[in-house]
Amino acid sequence: MNDRLRMSKGNHDFYNQLIRKRILLLILLLTIVLVLFVLNISIGSSPLSLKEIFRVIFTGQGEGHNVMIVRDIRLPMSLMALTVGACLGIGGCEIQTILRNPIASPYTLGITSAATFGAALGLILNTNVLRVSESIMITANAFTFALLASICVYAFSSRTGAGKNSIVLFGIALNFLFSALTMVLQYISDDEDLKSLVFWNMGSMLKSNWTKFFIVCGALFLCFIILYKNAWSLTAMTLDDTKAQSLGVDTQKVRRMVIILTSMLTAFAVSFVGAIGFVGIISPHIARQLVGEDQRFFLPLSALIGAIVVSLSFVISKLIIPGVILPIGLVTAIVGIPVFLTIIFRRTGVM
Amino acid sequence: MLKTENISFAYKTRKGKFPVFRDLSIEFAPGFNVILGPNGAGKSTLLKSIFGLLKYKGTIRYGKENITAMNNDERTKFMSYLPQMDISSSMLTVLEMVLLGRLPELGRKVKDIDLEEAMGTLEMLNIEDLAPRHFAELSGGQKKTVFIAQTLVRNPKVILLDEPVNSLDLQKQLELCHLLRNLSKDTIIIVVLHDINLASRFAKHIGVLDDNGNLYGSGSPKEVVTEKMLNKVYGVIASVNYDEDDRPVVSAIKSNRQ
Repeated sequence: MNDRLRMSKGNHDFYNQLIRKRILLLILLLTIVLVLFVLNISIGSSPLSLKEIFRVIFTGQGEGHNVMIVRDIRLPMSLMALTVGACLGIGGCEIQTILRNPIASPYTLGITSAATFGAALGLILNTNVLRVSESIMITANAFTFALLASICVYAFSSRTGAGKNSIVLFGIALNFLFSALTMVLQYISDDEDLKSLVFWNMGSMLKSNWTKFFIVCGALFLCFIILYKNAWSLTAMTLDDTKAQSLGVDTQKVRRMVIILTSMLTAFAVSFVGAIGFVGIISPHIARQLVGEDQRFFLPLSALIGAIVVSLSFVISKLIIPGVILPIGLVTAIVGIPVFLTIIFRRTGVM
Repeated sequence: MLKTENISFAYKTRKGKFPVFRDLSIEFAPGFNVILGPNGAGKSTLLKSIFGLLKYKGTIRYGKENITAMNNDERTKFMSYLPQMDISSSMLTVLEMVLLGRLPELGRKVKDIDLEEAMGTLEMLNIEDLAPRHFAELSGGQKKTVFIAQTLVRNPKVILLDEPVNSLDLQKQLELCHLLRNLSKDTIIIVVLHDINLASRFAKHIGVLDDNGNLYGSGSPKEVVTEKMLNKVYGVIASVNYDEDDRPVVSAIKSNRQ
């Protein structure tokens, strides 16, 4: 067979060009991320010049409170916006891949509603699930329930025969269950608590600190490496199950791995900054339009676009009303909805 | 030589077990083998079992090696399988799609040898022009041909194809069968076909499964494709003539239920 294959070497120059284009695109997006990052440090109630920012970062000195503002407030917040965006982008990318559904996201699996329920328990009933200090109680509650939901989805998907559609159905069921439970709590709560829950749901970067950043960043790094190592198997997952299996991919195993990793990413992201909408759906969709579904590019690009969307939303949230930082969840949703609608109406041809 | 030794398989549902085949022993020599049989005879199940996608009782051997005891990676190293149903579609170019056929070899960077093999396979199937196109934009027959390229790109020793000619036009059907017949002499090719005439024209060896998943007969096309077989296995009244190469040509007349 080889002899006849060797008739000509086959012209695959176009492929090398394609790869070069994709690498350039990655570099371009990385630059945008960095620009938005610096912009986020500079914008705020007291604007900082570029020179001043670099002076504080590289020399540790600055005028007035600038060192404190940059180091303790703006830097962790801007970094958090990047990492949370990347987490949600990756989560959406892989959930869409394993479920072969372009409008799926970690939300589809019920993880976010579970986190909201956890937060509601803390805010309304003062329940401290993990018996941690008051200051991180809400986060810990949200995280516990997000993880609980992911363990449920994981256990369900481990059952032999649980295909992609049953996983989606199970996720929707979890979504309804936790939303109903949250509503029960809202029904019995007083106005003050209800208000804090509403605000938690809107999402906020304001409570970011270095510890939270390092936790999310660690999770992101770990998950990215594991997923990237499996890039080709994940690329094959865009095919029919039997087809992927015929290429030697253990589809059940890959699916379980993705569920556990992305749930962890979402659980961290959502419990620290609240329910941020749509990033998980729109980022992979944009990435797919740009580079296709070769996961060596699709995965990092989804992460970068997620980081761009959240960082940009954060910039906008600070600019709309000067001196006021709008909840970031609102901004992402308002930016996200038009894009989401475009997805639905232009879906033909994709999956 | 690939041999199944008394393999049995049953689908389990809530209502009980539905056996597909029981104690099936069948041999496939290198060359173009065809499995014929009516709907539901277990042809696809047999291919899936050989490839190891289903858990069956019994043993399948390739030469002296026990395929049943192998794990997924070991099996996919020398076997490749084209499933019957392909509703897959993804945002990959045709070349990337074919590259996926060499999944175990692919790393962070795609090697030139893999690209060359992929392009060569596309050329072999006369679709090298499609290489840069998006897979999702192709027609049904083109998609099928790309999947066939994906199956062949690894130069496997055992090739299992489940109805590969479906949705191909007549010329492509003949070209594909011609290609399969002329693949390397020691490759075992097992193809499920519905077109008895196409099978008779190209196959070296035909195995016929009946309604109950039993091997009704096996041998050269002339030995197997007979009026009696068509009546017993397919339940049709047909006349069988022979072409210039002494291969059977079937003209079906009517169902024997009518």
